Amino acid sequence: MQTATLTAIGDGMDPGFGVYVHWPFCAAKCPYCDFNSHVRHQPVDQPRFVSAFLKEMEEARELSGPRSVTSIFMGGGTPSLMEPATVDAILQGIARHWHVPNGIEITMEANPSSVEATRFHGYRAAGINRVSLGVQALNDRDLKFLGRLHNVEDALKAIRLAREIFPRMSFDLIYARPNQTVEEWERELKEAVSYAVDHLSLYQLTIEEGTPFYGLHKAGKLIVPDGEQSAVLYEATQDITAAIGMPAYEVSNHARPGAESRHNLTYWRYGDYAGIGPGAHGRLSVGPGKIATATERKPEEWLRLVETYGHGMVEREALDLEAQSDELLLMGLRLKEGVDLARWQSLSGRDPDPEREQFLIDNGFIERLGNSRLRCTPAGMLILDAVVADLACP
Amino acid sequence: MRPMSTTSSKTPLSHIRNFSIVAHIDHGKSTLADRLIQSTGGLAEREMSEQVLDSMDIERERGITIKAQTVRLHYKANDGETYVLNLIDTPGHVDFAYEVSRSLSACEGSLLVVDASQGVEAQTLANVYQAIDNNHELVTVLNKIDLPAAEPDRIKEQIEEVIGIDASDAVLISAKTGLGIPDVLEAIVTKLPAPKSEGGDAAPLKALLVDSWYDTYLGVMVLVRIIDGTLKKGMTIRMMGTDAKYTIERVGVLTPKMVNMDALGPGEIGFITASIKEVADTRVGDTITEDKRPTDKALPGFKPAQPVVFCGLFPVDAADFEDLRSAMGKLRLNDASFSFEMESSAALGFGFRCGFLGLLHLEIIQERLEREFDLDLIATAPSVVYKLFMTDGTERELHNPADMPDVVKIAEIHEPWIRATILTPDDYLGGILKLCQDRRGIQIELTYVGTRAMLTYDLPLNEVVFDFYDRLKSISKGYASFDYQITEHKEGNLVKMSILVNGEPVDALSMMVHRMAAEKRGREMCEKLKELIPKHMFKIPIQAAIGGNVIARETISALRKDVTAKCYGGDATRKRKLLEKQKAGKKRMRQFGKVEIPQEAFIAALKMGDE
Ligand SMILES: Nc1nc2c(ncn2[C@@H]2O[C@H](COP(=O)(O)OP(=O)(O)O)[C@@H](O)[C@H]2O)c(=O)[nH]1
Ligand SMILES: C[S@@+](CC[C@H](N)C(=O)[O-])C[C@H]1O[C@@H](n2cnc3c(N)ncnc32)[C@H](O)[C@@H]1O
Ligand code: SF4
Ligand SMILES: [Mg+2]
Repeated sequence: MQTATLTAIGDGMDPGFGVYVHWPFCAAKCPYCDFNSHVRHQPVDQPRFVSAFLKEMEEARELSGPRSVTSIFMGGGTPSLMEPATVDAILQGIARHWHVPNGIEITMEANPSSVEATRFHGYRAAGINRVSLGVQALNDRDLKFLGRLHNVEDALKAIRLAREIFPRMSFDLIYARPNQTVEEWERELKEAVSYAVDHLSLYQLTIEEGTPFYGLHKAGKLIVPDGEQSAVLYEATQDITAAIGMPAYEVSNHARPGAESRHNLTYWRYGDYAGIGPGAHGRLSVGPGKIATATERKPEEWLRLVETYGHGMVEREALDLEAQSDELLLMGLRLKEGVDLARWQSLSGRDPDPEREQFLIDNGFIERLGNSRLRCTPAGMLILDAVVADLACP
Repeated sequence: MRPMSTTSSKTPLSHIRNFSIVAHIDHGKSTLADRLIQSTGGLAEREMSEQVLDSMDIERERGITIKAQTVRLHYKANDGETYVLNLIDTPGHVDFAYEVSRSLSACEGSLLVVDASQGVEAQTLANVYQAIDNNHELVTVLNKIDLPAAEPDRIKEQIEEVIGIDASDAVLISAKTGLGIPDVLEAIVTKLPAPKSEGGDAAPLKALLVDSWYDTYLGVMVLVRIIDGTLKKGMTIRMMGTDAKYTIERVGVLTPKMVNMDALGPGEIGFITASIKEVADTRVGDTITEDKRPTDKALPGFKPAQPVVFCGLFPVDAADFEDLRSAMGKLRLNDASFSFEMESSAALGFGFRCGFLGLLHLEIIQERLEREFDLDLIATAPSVVYKLFMTDGTERELHNPADMPDVVKIAEIHEPWIRATILTPDDYLGGILKLCQDRRGIQIELTYVGTRAMLTYDLPLNEVVFDFYDRLKSISKGYASFDYQITEHKEGNLVKMSILVNGEPVDALSMMVHRMAAEKRGREMCEKLKELIPKHMFKIPIQAAIGGNVIARETISALRKDVTAKCYGGDATRKRKLLEKQKAGKKRMRQFGKVEIPQEAFIAALKMGDE
């Protein structure tokens, strides 16, 4: 384990440079999910995708210039549907385009339904040193409701295997489910904590537009906890995780100090990242500016674009300073460590409105850490989106 | 518009017919006018865009005629003679009744157009009575007989019964297909009288100033109707009301293209230009005469149009104030019936208090400001004009509830009343009676016209300006028609209701209400605002108060949870765009202390249902 390089506060808060690779396929589509994931009934031609990933890396490398990678993340979709050989080829490709120091965090998302010991060993051999499992719930009724293909038994087996094979592991749960009581959630979370190593992602169920849940919700057939109930659930989550030494370091992410996800910290610290694969986003510094990139979402269309033009990029926007300052703020305030004010000031060209800042401080929503950092209090974290809008407004 | 050509003519009186078309909205007045122009060759086929007389964008889009327009047609009648037909188009909507009346005074006859499937409606009545008041001869025209639902015989009977005029020789037409148009033209010549002139063309000039408007190329244009004498290019004229003198630069007629003429004689209708700076320098109804040989008797003239509805218009972005001022100035060039003066509101900053002829007029002006001048506006609650009789014996007008003086100094408050005519299918009568009753109406008459009920009600205008018309339409599914006339000011038990948000009065939301209705209104206002004001980080009390007395209250609870659960590299763009929207939205909100009120709240809060 590379704990030495991972301490959130101890690493000088270097935003870093991450490489994200997106695998856009799943065995089935979950009814709440709006990620770029697709179900294919024919086997996916993985070698063809590998070539395309490698091609697209060339283009990203052009844009980013030579850089040293601080983390790699294979997300999805369901990346654990990839053959170990596919993963291996991709990681080797990354190492050919950028400098990849030994021991950096290399994460892969995995679904409990597609876990097999041999594949896990294969991923590990390819270089994966951290997995993030989509456990989602620890009771079969809710797993079914969430449309998951696995049951609790599968989940526990996957957790066990992951702990055995990988130096680091984390898993995801979705809470604030319909009719979920605080007591039920507390019990489930305490059980989850007992399986955890040093990292957990705990998301409140979000009703995303365009998903089956969205339609049901609109029709009044799916009722999610109201503001008060979800606040209570959130607060219970904070208490339990803090008590066992895995406090939130971000809105929905909890870790023992030093075990934070290096890769996700790059996003929240508003660092650079290259996005490879269908529907992947990137942020790359170019001189003093930053460009936002996004690729074609439909896998086959993305393939066609890459094979014809060498890349699947469909958006490439130079972000002006105001846009960068907005992104810095909305990402950075999600972190317990907050944002570096001097950096925000140099982008936005202004100080936070003193009256508004004082109001937020007086009401206990934000606080200053010395002179240089601004962060949300736990109360402010609950209404973060409103706080950000308030502060971002000139 | 650019002048096209010059024609020289002075038509004998016997060969002139001046007429208007009166109709309920949508019964086909504009379509008929187009057909008349087309069939007399006023415009070549390819120049006919639909409804050529409605020239402003908004008129086209809303299908209503706002400003009266005029057109001169040449018609070769069955008797072999060629006649000059001057058609003055009139607006159909009640807000512009004043313009209808002055257009009518320039002609001798009217075509009464009635939709042969719909029959007589409220504006049919209002407009036809105005025509009769102006001593017009009438030609009844039943339009839309191409529709399967047309029942010309039944509608003829209805017209005779309700209006009391002979409809046996009504002309049956379809303005859409062109059927019957020659009969209309022939009826205009044979049934409508020629204009009369006591003095003839050699007498001192006496002409009626019918209308004026601003043309981008020619400046102020004045529409005139010659009574006696001859009006010539180069002549020095005098406006008898304002005593201003001008030299005529251009004389002409509209066909509807502009055609220059050397002179206009008795009975004729045409335009002049004379280096007049502003429309406001001309007074509609004024008498125009020759300066060196004036007529001895001026025409009776018209009362100027009085604004009856006032509201505040404020720029969403305070930086647009000067733009708003100049835009209003430009609009007023063409619409002297709209008035404005600067106003400052604690809530909304600097803006203008504006006076309108009615609610539609208000909406049209607001829309034109937003559309033609690209301004974002906040409109405050429309208010009528109250008369305040003070304890010290003085009298004053109140245009803005925010200016309400201390109640102890007021002896009486009088409010304007209207007489409303409503025609409705029987089925909706119950709902409409309830609506009128709820709005403090006094029933004057209830009669039947076939299966349709005709209601006459006296109502306080105050109760009508908010949403009466919307409610009427929704209760009757659009089948009821409505028209009104302002009658008098009457004393009312009126109070000013203030709205306090987070303890601070929001002046732009205060309104005058009847004491008996205050509590209900206050409750509705508080409930509506609770819906319209988003949750804040703290709880917000909303109160309605009369003087120091809170009569209703609601509380907006504090925002409890508002945080996106998942936000990774792929979400930054989406979240930023959302934030940009939020920031733009905040700009459109008004800050009251710490509370942000969305601008929609100002107008939406006033559109309250009675369900
Ligand atoms: N079927 C039919 N529709 C007509 C006829 N005349 C007018 N209309 C339609 O009725 C609507 C209102 O006509 P318009 O001339 O604007 O009415 P205005 O409001 O009285 O000026 C338009 O949609 C016309 O196309 C007609 O003779 N037959
Ligand atoms: C990229 S997803 C996919 C990981 C993997 N495919 C899986 O489902 O196991 C990462 C996580 O986001 C969370 N997630 C996805 N959609 C969500 C939603 N609508 N509300 C809350 N959490 C959601 C789930 O916990 C999921 O594990
Ligand atoms: S498995 Fe994961 S990525 Fe796939 S649909 Fe379900 S939640 Fe979305
Ligand atoms: Mg019309």
